[in-house]
Amino acid sequence: MYDFAYQKPASVADAVKLLAGDAEAKLLAGGQTFIPVLKQRLNKPSAVIDLAGLKLSGISVSANSVTIGAMTTHATVARSAEVKKAIPGLAMLASWIGDNQVRHRGTIGGSLANNDPSACYPAAVLALGAVIKTNKRAIKADDFFQGMFTTALEPDEIITAVEFPLPVEKSAYEKFRQPASRYAMVGVFVAKGPAGVRVAVTGAGQNGVFRVPEMEAALAKSWSPDAIAGVKVSPEGLNSDIHGSAAYRAHLITVMAKRAVAAA
Amino acid sequence: MAFEGIGASVKRREDGRFLAGRGHYVDDMNRPGQVYAAIRRSDRPHARIKSIDSSAAAAAPGVIAVYTGADMAADGIGGLPCGWQIHNKDGSPMAEPMHPVLATGKVRHVGDPIAVVIAETKAQAKDAAELLVIDFEDLPGVADIRAASAPGAPLVHDEVAGNVCYDWHIGDKGAVDAAFARAKHVVKLDLVNNRLIPNAMEPRAALGECDVSGHYTLSTTSQNPHVIRLLMGAFVLHIPEHKLRIIAPDVGGGFGSKIYHYAEEAIVTWAAGKLRRPVKWTAERSESFMSDAHGRDHVSHAEMAVDEEGHFLALRVSTLANMGAYLSTFAPSVPTYLYATLLAGVYKTPAIYAEVKAIFTNTVPVDAYRGAGRPEAAFLLERLVDVVAQETGIDRVELRRKNFIPADAYPYQTPVALQYDSGNHEMTLAEALKAADYAGFPARRAEAARRGKLRGIGISTYLEACGIAPSHVAGALGARAGLYEVANIRVHPTGSVTVFTGAHSHGQGHETTFAQLVADQLGVPFDQVDVVHGDTGEIPFGMGTYGSRSLAVGGSAMVKAMDKIIAKGKRIAAHLMEASVEDIEFKDGAFRVAGTDKAKALAEISLAAYVPHNYPIEELEPGLEETAFYDPKNFTYPGGCHVCEVEIDPETGVTKVVNFVAVDDVGRVINPMIVEGQVQGGVAQGIGQALLEGAAYDANGQLLSGSFMDYTMPRADNLPNITVGTEITLCTHNPLGSKGCGEVGAIGSPPAVINAVVDALKDYGVRHIDMPATPEKIWSIIAANRPKMAAE
Ligand SMILES: Cc1cc2nc3c(=O)[nH]c(=O)nc-3n(C[C@H](O)[C@H](O)[C@H](O)COP(=O)(O)OP(=O)(O)OC[C@H]3O[C@@H](n4cnc5c(N)ncnc54)[C@H](O)[C@@H]3O)c2cc1C
Repeated sequence: MYDFAYQKPASVADAVKLLAGDAEAKLLAGGQTFIPVLKQRLNKPSAVIDLAGLKLSGISVSANSVTIGAMTTHATVARSAEVKKAIPGLAMLASWIGDNQVRHRGTIGGSLANNDPSACYPAAVLALGAVIKTNKRAIKADDFFQGMFTTALEPDEIITAVEFPLPVEKSAYEKFRQPASRYAMVGVFVAKGPAGVRVAVTGAGQNGVFRVPEMEAALAKSWSPDAIAGVKVSPEGLNSDIHGSAAYRAHLITVMAKRAVAAA
Repeated sequence: MAFEGIGASVKRREDGRFLAGRGHYVDDMNRPGQVYAAIRRSDRPHARIKSIDSSAAAAAPGVIAVYTGADMAADGIGGLPCGWQIHNKDGSPMAEPMHPVLATGKVRHVGDPIAVVIAETKAQAKDAAELLVIDFEDLPGVADIRAASAPGAPLVHDEVAGNVCYDWHIGDKGAVDAAFARAKHVVKLDLVNNRLIPNAMEPRAALGECDVSGHYTLSTTSQNPHVIRLLMGAFVLHIPEHKLRIIAPDVGGGFGSKIYHYAEEAIVTWAAGKLRRPVKWTAERSESFMSDAHGRDHVSHAEMAVDEEGHFLALRVSTLANMGAYLSTFAPSVPTYLYATLLAGVYKTPAIYAEVKAIFTNTVPVDAYRGAGRPEAAFLLERLVDVVAQETGIDRVELRRKNFIPADAYPYQTPVALQYDSGNHEMTLAEALKAADYAGFPARRAEAARRGKLRGIGISTYLEACGIAPSHVAGALGARAGLYEVANIRVHPTGSVTVFTGAHSHGQGHETTFAQLVADQLGVPFDQVDVVHGDTGEIPFGMGTYGSRSLAVGGSAMVKAMDKIIAKGKRIAAHLMEASVEDIEFKDGAFRVAGTDKAKALAEISLAAYVPHNYPIEELEPGLEETAFYDPKNFTYPGGCHVCEVEIDPETGVTKVVNFVAVDDVGRVINPMIVEGQVQGGVAQGIGQALLEGAAYDANGQLLSGSFMDYTMPRADNLPNITVGTEITLCTHNPLGSKGCGEVGAIGSPPAVINAVVDALKDYGVRHIDMPATPEKIWSIIAANRPKMAAE
C-alpha cells in the first residue's frame, strides 16, 4: 500500500467537498475491493475518504419501495426480515456474496459503484428496475451500468441509497460460482415486479450485467422453467477464461435462469 | 491418568499455542536494528537484462542498500546448488545450468528475483524496489513441456540443447518389448499430472543476522534446517558450519515447498553480514505463487500388456517432467527415483520399462510436493488399471485382485529396483470396500439417477515409498546428501527427558507423537518428555522432514538412542544393586534385577549418573545422554485402498464428492488421531488436485493463476466426510515397524476420485479425464456425447 491521507467526514456534503477538491482522492466503503487493490499497489490515491461516518446504512420499507442505504452491509441485507419478505431473491443474493467476513464489511453502494463484471448486486438492481440515489440525482438501473468497472457516476458523485420498487411478485437469484474466487461466473436474477418480467445476467458478459429479452418474453407468457429451457444465449460477447469458455457460460445462463425461475 | 503411550490418541500439545494465536513464526521475530528486504522480481517469463539502473532506488528515503546479481558475483557467490544428480541413458550427467541467487544476464520465469532493496521499513523497501529501472529485451518463452521439448523451442538456458535436463530410463526394455509382442491386449493411455501450487498457510520468510564476531544466524521457514545450513553454508555463502546457525521455529505448513534452499535465505544472510544489521524478508502471497517451488507437471504415455486372463505382463511408460526454469534442490530425483521406481505399485507386473525426460521451461521451478513422484506413479497406474478393466471387460476389483502381489510373496523384489518389505493389499482392499459399502453402490447409483444425478464410484489400490534410504544407495542414485536421521535423548538428573530431533514439525504434531514414543519406551510420564526441533544450535544434526520419514527414520533414531540410554542405565543399575549387568532388565521405567524384587527407577539411575558419588566411575562416564544416527536399511512401503464416490450434476458438470473412505497400511501407529488428521489432510489435497487445483500459464510463461482469485484451493464445502481406517502390516526393517502416514492421503486419493468421475460418466463413452476434472471439462464430455444407452 502506498501512503495516503485518511479522511473521515461526518456528512455527505463534506465528503463531496473533499472528493471534488482532489482528483486523486478515492472513497472507501467496506474496503473489500478497494483495500486489496491498495495492498497490491494497483492504485495510488492521494487521500482516502471513509464513508463510514455518513450514516448511510439502514433499510427502510414503504408501500412502494425498499430503500437500502449505500453503506448497508451484505450481511444486514441478507438477514433483514423486511427484505426477505418483500424481495426474497435480494436477501438470497446478499447471503451468497463472498464469505462471512466479506459480508460483514462489504456494502451495496461499494458493490454498485465498483461494478465488477462478476459482482452479484448488479443483476438484482437491473432485474428489479431499482433506482440508484446519489448526492446529485436518481439514476435508473437501466442507465447506471455502463460496461465493466464503469458506471454513470461522475467523479464527485456518491451513492447514498438504492431504491427497489414494490411490489415484487417474484424474485430469485441463482449463482454458478467461479470455483476459485466464488464470485459469480454466471449469476442470473429473475424478477417479476413493477419493472415487468426481467432476467439479468452477471458474471458472464464482457461488458458486465445484461438482460436476456428472449427469456423475459417467454416468462412473461408463462412463468416456468420449461418456458425458457429452449432459449439459447449466444456465446458472443461473453467472457472466456481459465474457468470457463464463452460457450460454457452461455449454456450456464439457461441452466441458472431455469433454476432461478423454479426457486422464485 | 489416561494412557498416553504408543497407540493413544493424545491431544496435540502444540495446538494450545496455535489455537491461541501464540505460535512463534519467523515473521514474529524482530531484532533491534532490523531492516527489511524487498525483492524486485521479473514480471516477464523470459527476457535478457540489458541494464539495471539502481540510482533512483538507492537514493530513495530509508534505503540502505540495493544489490543485484553483479554484487553477489563480486563477493564470489555463485548459484544455488542442486542436491541430486541424475545420469542420462548414455551415462553422462544431467544438464545442471547455473541457478543464480539473483538473476544475471537473463530472467527465466515470472517471479525470478533480480535485485534486492534493503531499507529501514518494509514500505520504504517496497517503494524503492519499484524505482529500479530495468531495461529488458523480451525473449520468446515456453511454459508447456511438450512445446519446450519440440524442435525449435525457445531455449531457457542457452547452453542446454532442446531444454533437456536429462533423458533417463529404468527397467528391462528387452523384456518389456518381448512381453508386449505376445500380449493378448495392449491398453494405452495418455495422461497429464497437473501442476500444483503448494500454498502453505504461512508464506515463506527469512531473517538473517550476523554478530560482531562473524557468527551468522538465519531464522527461516524450513522443513530441514541442517540441510539449509549445509547447502547455504558450504555451497553458496561459504560460511563454515560452526559460524552458521539455522533456526526453523514454528512453521505454518510446508507440503514439500519448504524443503528447498531458496534465494531469499542466502540474500538476507549475506546482506546481514555486509550491513551488520538484521535483515528480514517475508513473502507476500503473490510472491509465494511465483517463487515457492511448484509440484508435479507431468505428461505421460503408458501402455500395459495383458494376457488372456487379465494378468499384467508388462508396463511401458514414457514421461515428460517439467523442471521449471532452474533445478530446485531435489527436483531431479522426483520424476526418477521417487516416481518410476513406484510403477510396479501393488502389482506383480513382471517387466517394467520407463523413460523420463526432464525439461526446462519458463516457469517456477518444480520440486517435491506432498507425495513427490509417488502420486504421479499412483495416478498413472491406477487410472491405467481402470482402463484395462474397461477394455478387457474384467471387473476392476477382480482385475486388481488377480494382479496383486500376494501377502505371502513378501519381501518382494519389483522389476524397478525397489524391494518391498511388507504389505497386504487384499486386506486393505477388503476393509475399504466394506467401509464404503461397495456392494450397495448400484442401488445408490439408481437412486441418484432418479434425482437426475450421475453417480460414480472409484477405487485406487496404491503403494508408496517413504523414508528414502539407505544413504549409500541414495548416493549411488545421485543424492548429494545422506538420508539418515539423528536423535539426541537427554535424561535430566531428576528423570525428565528432552528429545532433540533432526526431524522438523510444521503441522505434523511431532511434539506430541515423539513425546509419546519416548515416554512409552522409557516408562516416564508423557508430560515429563519435551521435544526440541528446528535449531541447528541445539540439535546435533538432522536431515529434516519430508517424504513421510519423521517417525520411520527419526523415530527409529530415538529408539536407537534410547537403547543406548537403557544399556548405560543397566550398567549403573548393576553397580547400585550389586548385580551383574546381564541380570538387569528394563521394564516400565525401572531397572530390575531379574528374579528378585530389587529395582531402581529411571530417575534414580539418572540422579546417580549426574551425582556420581556411588558410581562405576572407572568404567563409565557420568551423565545420561545419548545420540544416535539411524540410517535405514530400506524405504518403508505404506499402501492401501481409497474409495471415492461422486455425484455429477449433468446440467452444469459440477462434481460433488459424496463419500470417501481411506484404509491405509501405515505400519505401527503411535497416535491414531494424528494419523487420521494426516490422512484427512492428504485426501483433501488429493481431492483438490483431482477436481480443483491447477496452475495455469499462458504459452509464453505468464502465470495466469497467480492468486486465490484464480487458483482454486479445496475448501471445507468441497470435501465429504472422510472415513479413515488403518489395517497394518509392520515394517520389517526398522525398530518401530512404522511406515509413514503424511503423504498416503495425497497419493492414493487422486486416482480414486478420477476413477469415480469416469465411472459416473461411463454411459458417455469416456475413457479418461485429466485433472483437475473441472465442471466445464465434464460438461463438455456430456454435451458432446449422448449417453450410449440413449443412443442404443
Ligand atoms: C473474498 C471476497 C469475495 C467476494 N465475493 C463476492 C461475491 O461473491 N459477489 C460479489 O458481488 N462481490 C463479492 N466480493 C466483493 C464485495 O461484495 C465487495 O463488498 C464489493 O465489491 C465492494 O464493496 P465495498 O463496500 O467493500 O467497497 P469498497 O471496496 O470500499 O469500494 C469499492 C469501490 O467503490 C467505491 N465506492 C464505495 N462506496 C461508494 C459510494 N457510496 N459511492 C460511490 N463510490 C463508492 C470506492 O471508491 C471503490 O472504488 C467479494 C470480495 C472479497 C474480498
